Amino acid sequence: MNIIVCIKQVPNTTDVRIDPVTNTLIRDGVESVINPFDAYAIEEAVRIKERCGGKVTALTMGPPQAETALREAISLGCDEAVLVSDRKFAGSDTWATSYTLAAAIRKIGDFDVVLCGKQASDGDTAQVGPGISAHLDIPQVTYIKKILQISAQGARVERMTEEGYDEVETPLPCLFTVVKEINTPRMPSLKGMMRAKSAKPVKWTAADLEADPAALGLEGSPTRVLKIFTPVPRKGGEMLSGSAADVSKELAELLKDMVV
Amino acid sequence: MASITILLDQCTGCTLCLKACPFGAVHMANKKAVIDMAKCTLCGACAGACKFGAIELKDLSGPKRDLSAYKDVWVFCEQKKGHIQSISFELLGEGKKLASKLGVKLCAVILGSGIEPKIAELSERGADKVYLVDHPALQFYQDDPYTEALVKLVEEYKPEIVLCGATTIGRSLISRVAIRTGAGLTADCTGLDIDGKERLLLQTRPAFGGNIMATIVTPRHRPQMATVRHKVMQEAGIDKGNKAEVVRKTYPEEVFKSRTRLIETVEEISETINLSEADIIVAGGRGLGGNEGFAMIGELAKVLNGAVGASRSAVDAGWIPYSHQVGQTGKTVVPKLYIACGISGQIQHLIGMQSSKVIVAINKDPDAPILKVATYGIVGDALEIVPALTREFRRLLGKK
Repeated sequence: MNIIVCIKQVPNTTDVRIDPVTNTLIRDGVESVINPFDAYAIEEAVRIKERCGGKVTALTMGPPQAETALREAISLGCDEAVLVSDRKFAGSDTWATSYTLAAAIRKIGDFDVVLCGKQASDGDTAQVGPGISAHLDIPQVTYIKKILQISAQGARVERMTEEGYDEVETPLPCLFTVVKEINTPRMPSLKGMMRAKSAKPVKWTAADLEADPAALGLEGSPTRVLKIFTPVPRKGGEMLSGSAADVSKELAELLKDMVV
Repeated sequence: MASITILLDQCTGCTLCLKACPFGAVHMANKKAVIDMAKCTLCGACAGACKFGAIELKDLSGPKRDLSAYKDVWVFCEQKKGHIQSISFELLGEGKKLASKLGVKLCAVILGSGIEPKIAELSERGADKVYLVDHPALQFYQDDPYTEALVKLVEEYKPEIVLCGATTIGRSLISRVAIRTGAGLTADCTGLDIDGKERLLLQTRPAFGGNIMATIVTPRHRPQMATVRHKVMQEAGIDKGNKAEVVRKTYPEEVFKSRTRLIETVEEISETINLSEADIIVAGGRGLGGNEGFAMIGELAKVLNGAVGASRSAVDAGWIPYSHQVGQTGKTVVPKLYIACGISGQIQHLIGMQSSKVIVAINKDPDAPILKVATYGIVGDALEIVPALTREFRRLLGKK
């Protein structure tokens, strides 16, 4: 079974701080990491491979330094890695990003499963996974929390909903987006780290993809950023003090209008 | 190819662009702005911030597409088991405002099976028109038939705006519809408005975990599609007198084919209230110490008719299922009241709840970050205060 896992390199949110004077993001020294949700997708891809055989290809679109994320993916058990990188992709919104990734997946060719994290922690859109499946015209199951069964004939999975979950059956090839509950990612193995060190990710530019230039980057993106601003940070309010009974009484009184 | 250039004659070195750049791609050299193209994503935030017209973003070439055929504001109304979800009423409320600013109709779109009786409900929530596709394959949400039916409707009737809830169904569906129809799509909007001159939908949304806000537009494509979070917009009022025009559509059977098959739907949330729809959430963290602590906040939630939330560490400790997790890797919630009990307030948790209207935080540690965002903060042991608070509310609400 051939599995492609799409990953994104994002700034580590734990490091994101707001400059109290200028009220802007402080980016110096912010570490880049694999999007936390993609770690679950990588782990699930490796588990499918361990169950069914085959190989896992990690795919990312991003600047040249995104190669680091691919090496990390290899250390976690991915077999191959593809970096799609070109200035022509700059300014891509989710439409153009999913178009570009779909074109790269077509070029990789033989695949049974595409796995994505449910969303990226910087953009938070959850649009690229479904976008890829729409461009490839393959079925999708989003927000999956468990793969019950998978073989060349198809898969049965549990899809998380607001109320619980749906059990869904799908033929392959298929795209899944995964939630955190699906697994606990392993640590990189020593062998994996050695492999990551010597691995040479495949690098493709726009010219390597069979893609319409007008559908790439800013030009292929229907949306535009009009402006970006920092929200007024939430300020703390009142501190209540006293015995448990006293503060409870005071608080209940303060919240009275909200709860009736 | 698109490009960005600093016009050195115009640049005054004011550093506004440097501050506006969310990617750290602008720095100053010899009192002029310089863009690091390795970091720049051409988002245009700097060009928008520049007051001197010194940043030229070369965008699309070619003539502008004719967008005049697109009109009306659509709301995709999500139904589950034949019940219209409350998010749909919130979107109808917001959609009405947008439609009246544009001078167009507000249209509700509903897909389902045997949902004819729901027309009245959409009508009294202010829809001028209801598009209805009724077919057994649409009884439950399935990606393929829902996508095909909505794509058909959009292609035939050409809405200029389509709003959809940022729910698991909404986000899965509308992402595919946007690709298929070449629409612009903006996720998780918390603010919507209209630029009357250009008839643009101004879509404001948080990014980088709420650390920055971005306003997004779709200048040259239609429809303009947006998903909106729960509880952000005001529900439409009820007007029994409003009578919507109804458009019933049927399509050939192949439109309703689904490659995936729903085997069963399992409801497992222990309380009746869905976390993302709850007006009141009582949430617990590591400070609760275990299952008994969660039983305590469950009791408080019950008295307040609220839902139970949890921090990641409480979920990881196995005290409560993942479906209750609030924060970056869990759910984003915007209740009217969020009571955080024994939660320290790591940034990943704050991201998921800091837009709540009122935040109450109870924590032993006076330096806990949660206390810095709380409307009301209490330094103390949640295990003592929560039961006392439950008693107070019981008394206040006249509950036993």
